[in-house]
Amino acid sequence: MAATVQKKIKESAGDKAFLFTIYLVLGLVVIAVLYPLIFIISSSISSPAAVTSGRVWLWPVDISFKGFEVLFKTPEIITGYANSIFYTAAGTLISVTLTVMIAYPLSRKGFFGRNTLMMIITFTMIFNGGLIPTYLVVREMNLIDTRWALLIPNAIWVWQVIIARSFFQSSIPDELMEASEIDGCSDMRFIWSVVLPLSKPILAVLVLMYAVGQWNAYFDALIYLKSADLFPLQLVLRSIIIQNNSAGGAMDVGKMVEKQQLSELLKYSLIVVATLPVLVIYPFVQRYFVQGMLVGSVKG
Amino acid sequence: MKHWQLHLLVIPPLLFFLIFKYYPMVNAVLAFKDYNVIKGIWGSPWVGFKNFQLFFENPQFWILVKNTIMLSGYQLLAGFPIPIILALMINEVRGGRFKKFVQLVSFAPYFISTVVMVSIVMLFLAPRLGFVNIALNFFGLDSVNFLGEPGMFRSIYVWSDIWQTAGYSAVVYLAALAGIDPTLYEAAKVDGASRFQKIRHVDLPGIVPTIVIILILNVGNVMAIGFEKVYLLQNPLNLANSEIIATYVYRVGLLNANYSFATAVGLFNSIINLILLFTVNGLAKRITKNSIW
Repeated sequence: MAATVQKKIKESAGDKAFLFTIYLVLGLVVIAVLYPLIFIISSSISSPAAVTSGRVWLWPVDISFKGFEVLFKTPEIITGYANSIFYTAAGTLISVTLTVMIAYPLSRKGFFGRNTLMMIITFTMIFNGGLIPTYLVVREMNLIDTRWALLIPNAIWVWQVIIARSFFQSSIPDELMEASEIDGCSDMRFIWSVVLPLSKPILAVLVLMYAVGQWNAYFDALIYLKSADLFPLQLVLRSIIIQNNSAGGAMDVGKMVEKQQLSELLKYSLIVVATLPVLVIYPFVQRYFVQGMLVGSVKG
Repeated sequence: MKHWQLHLLVIPPLLFFLIFKYYPMVNAVLAFKDYNVIKGIWGSPWVGFKNFQLFFENPQFWILVKNTIMLSGYQLLAGFPIPIILALMINEVRGGRFKKFVQLVSFAPYFISTVVMVSIVMLFLAPRLGFVNIALNFFGLDSVNFLGEPGMFRSIYVWSDIWQTAGYSAVVYLAALAGIDPTLYEAAKVDGASRFQKIRHVDLPGIVPTIVIILILNVGNVMAIGFEKVYLLQNPLNLANSEIIATYVYRVGLLNANYSFATAVGLFNSIINLILLFTVNGLAKRITKNSIW
């Protein structure tokens, strides 16, 4: 009964209006976020003429998959796509492995040098040598213009180490380790057969964050790579959309106008192709991202 | 040693940090040298603060500092409160479905890459075929070459960034809101607080520690504003406002191979940033008792 009384107190006219305003604003936020995304997807499957004449407002006009057809016949895009898949897979594997290798020992209380090591790595979050000195190191290691340049120099993100470390700290108790030690289990074996199987949630977070980061990255490729056949998709995208170097120069489209229309359409299709892999899995994995952010912020 | 295997395990990651994070810090002595490719970093002659002096006397110096601070200042002023407001609003929604949907949608743009984000901005703001200009023409207004106007650059940068990251940034505040002691709400209810008063007197004070920490991190990064997006949005027409220290370092250092000078500029930037971070953290510690260390 107390609950019903409280409800009556709460719902004054002012509160109702206030709540209504909040719903209205949030509704507008949703529209403001979704509209550009829907517009791009609609444009990408409309006819080239409809896109350039501004006839697409919300839904596709004269549905056509011309953009995608041309894209998948453009060698630089195919190469870029394949490269990005490789960088994402290999980079994620390397990054997650290295992150666990340092985060787990850092989570053990008995680990000698734990605080010093933690300081060594967190300091890199607030200070770095800068662009040129880093570039010179990468050059000295002979990594310039090799695939390794995108996999190694930024392999470990300190933030991910902190997140993984807090997870290990809270879900793998030191007592468990001590118990297995008494049973004669080595640290390596303990990690392999106890820690990793118990850490699937955090491994999921690490894999997702590193994979998205790697898929979306362009900066390292911009500074370290020279050969076009090593370029990830993002760099190809930059060249075609932002620098306006028209893709598919070899397509046999007779008229100038048609060619222009098609190159405009291609930009929309390219955005869709480059973003879809991430946005399609996103609704299913969102909660892992949120978890990851929160684990990190607890320890702050 | 008891945990020798763990120490073995740490060696590769530690090497990573030493080689790719600490070795560059050592290399930063380049800022005090006159780099010569043949002699290498250590063989090149020392020149003291000459590179810094060159930078301070450069007519571009104040423009770069101004552009950097104006851009991140604007970003901070607009971009910092919005996620807080968004989180407070989402927190008011009681229906589980709508709440989840708003969160799902507003979080999504975070996963769009910088290149795609800038591509979208450019497509929407294109002078002739861009959606915004077509809409302007529809209402009888003249087209605007948004990206060619230096005065528009900062707004484009900041508001596209808010579009992309507000939902993501709100998550931390939502978590803090979820952690507020429920008895406080009951007390507020008993006292007859309206929804707005409840936000003002319970929600906001409850998330102040989180706000302060995020603010420290943001202010501490004022000089480190991202190179990636600024560089992509730059064009010769808007350069007057869009050239910041980070993009200048890239241009002078990597494109013109003026290594020593660019290292000095970068170092100047990092040090200012470090000082800022310590100052803000110290201030926050004193005023609010919250700090990141």
